[in-house]
Amino acid sequence: MNSIPTSTIRAMYVTMLRIRMLEEKVAELVAPPAEIICPCHLYTGQEAVATGVCSALKEDDYVFSTHRSHGHYIAKGGNLKALMAELYGKVTGCSKGRGGSMHLTSPDVGLPGSSAIVSGTISLAVGAALAFSIQKKNGVSVAFFGDGAADEGAFYESLNFASLKKLPVIFVCENNLYSTHMPISDCLANTCIYKIAEAFNMPSVRIDGNDAVEVFKAANDAIENARCGKGPALIECMTYRWLGHVGPNFDVDKGLRSKEELDYWMDRCPIKALESFLLKHDIVSESEKIQITRGIEEEINEAIVFAKESPYPDEDGLLDDVFKT
Amino acid sequence: MRQISYVQAINETLHQMIEKDMRVFLIGQGVTSPWYVGNTTVGLIDRFGPERVIDTPVSENGITGAAVGAALAGMRPVVAHPRMDFMYYAMDPIANHAANWHYMFGGAVSVPITIWGIINRGGEQAAQHSQALQAMFMHIPGLKVVMPSTPYDAKGLLVASIEDDNPVIYIDDRWLYDYVGDVPEEIYTVPIGKGIVRRKGSDVTVVATSYMVYEAMKAAENLEKERIDVEVVDLRSLKPLDEDLVFDSVKKTGRLVIADGGWKTCGVGAEISARVADNVFNYLKAPIIRVSLPDTPAPASSVLEKAYYPTSDDISSSVRDLIMVEH
Repeated sequence: MNSIPTSTIRAMYVTMLRIRMLEEKVAELVAPPAEIICPCHLYTGQEAVATGVCSALKEDDYVFSTHRSHGHYIAKGGNLKALMAELYGKVTGCSKGRGGSMHLTSPDVGLPGSSAIVSGTISLAVGAALAFSIQKKNGVSVAFFGDGAADEGAFYESLNFASLKKLPVIFVCENNLYSTHMPISDCLANTCIYKIAEAFNMPSVRIDGNDAVEVFKAANDAIENARCGKGPALIECMTYRWLGHVGPNFDVDKGLRSKEELDYWMDRCPIKALESFLLKHDIVSESEKIQITRGIEEEINEAIVFAKESPYPDEDGLLDDVFKT
Repeated sequence: MRQISYVQAINETLHQMIEKDMRVFLIGQGVTSPWYVGNTTVGLIDRFGPERVIDTPVSENGITGAAVGAALAGMRPVVAHPRMDFMYYAMDPIANHAANWHYMFGGAVSVPITIWGIINRGGEQAAQHSQALQAMFMHIPGLKVVMPSTPYDAKGLLVASIEDDNPVIYIDDRWLYDYVGDVPEEIYTVPIGKGIVRRKGSDVTVVATSYMVYEAMKAAENLEKERIDVEVVDLRSLKPLDEDLVFDSVKKTGRLVIADGGWKTCGVGAEISARVADNVFNYLKAPIIRVSLPDTPAPASSVLEKAYYPTSDDISSSVRDLIMVEH
């Protein structure tokens, strides 16, 4: 951890806590009687991945996100009020209430959008990297995707083209072991997703996706290589979503996975691990921790108030924005 | 004015637009191949190099998605699909991503991309090398669809498609490639969403798309000998559709034939029929007839092909049927 500035580690801790606290709040708000109606795929447990990767990016680098998009949006610097308003379906939301939880955007900080089609944004990230290379822009593009995306053909086409053209794109697989209800071993003949990259002559690595510092280091190496023309890389981050595929509930009661498995992963909480490190090395004190937590609580509450007080989209605007005029 | 072929018009436009605008690049299967469809890409790779003229692996989904992503990062790609049949593989980036993006994100980001699909039929190429999928794209909100019939429009609509801030499906028919017509040397646009009356007439309106415009013109000339006065409307854009132009013509003639080279069910003709019935029903003196492909895949054998593709004779007999209807 020594090679990373403590300020970066500290900032990652704050971001991860912000994601966690937001998702815990959203879980309350989507539970009946629901204030938030749109389907929310919560990121709880996976915070280190988005945070570690985005902390190694510049603001004008691009990330492309998925249906499980809140963590990426926050880690890339998206506005919390605009996020919450989007979840509430309000016109002040980042997508004016047209997208909901699965379609967040923040183009000003390099998030052109998130898509709910599994693997759908992987090729888009490759294309943004292609644009950067044509523009001689030195930019890097990141595709976040789950292990389920490795079931899709578009993933393989994208790896091939990116490697063939040596494009500055990082493929970040968040392997949370489940594709909706199905364990990865029921989906993939070879569950080592990082090894797929080898077939395309692309460097790849499997890392502990619950260790923010390890994620940062792996991402930073890959990003620096991509930036100086060495081409793409794939990082497989082993992690776990605490909640079910969608919504606020743990799904152990549905027989999809065991309580023991969930306990094992909750014990390996990415935030708890980083927090112990920060406290141990006096990078953050107990009183600061309380202060940080309070600050985030306040931010989230302000965002909720903002969302609730914001107007809904006007029905008259239903047909607007199909085309840019 | 200078006259060049439809193929030359497309080729010249690509040369001019890639040269003029650093954001424009061409990407797709075979765009540097000497066997590429109809010489539309000749000379591009030598002039602009492999960064702006990108020949690709056979990965329609991944490559079209990459073009969408490049559009999101400030480029104006032209993605070539040498046969529309192969575009089914690219439906996800087109329909789920490019088409939805601007609306889904509340207008925050648009996708300025030209998706070029070629109807490459005939010659016993059969069911997977012959398709005309305009109606399928016309169905999807967020896509514009153009089908130029003349060399002039081939250039003007290609420029307009590239300059448009939205995804445009640009569809040409290989059977149009040798047609010659007036084409200015400079860059100009034909507005997307505007049709044109190719021939004025008073008895029957024939609304036609793409290659069927020529079949309609041929039919109109033949019918003139029978003293039937046909008006031919070339739609040029299917979406947005210049419905006022169609309505005005139907108001005048009261009789409508729609000639499109796609399938009949849920086709271009079906949509126009419905709109005419919705809006100018009272002006109709006869039922509406659709000239289209039958609802079957394309066959290989020349004998069957001949029966499969509609011609000016099908249009002429449809027009005669309408004239026979007593009002």
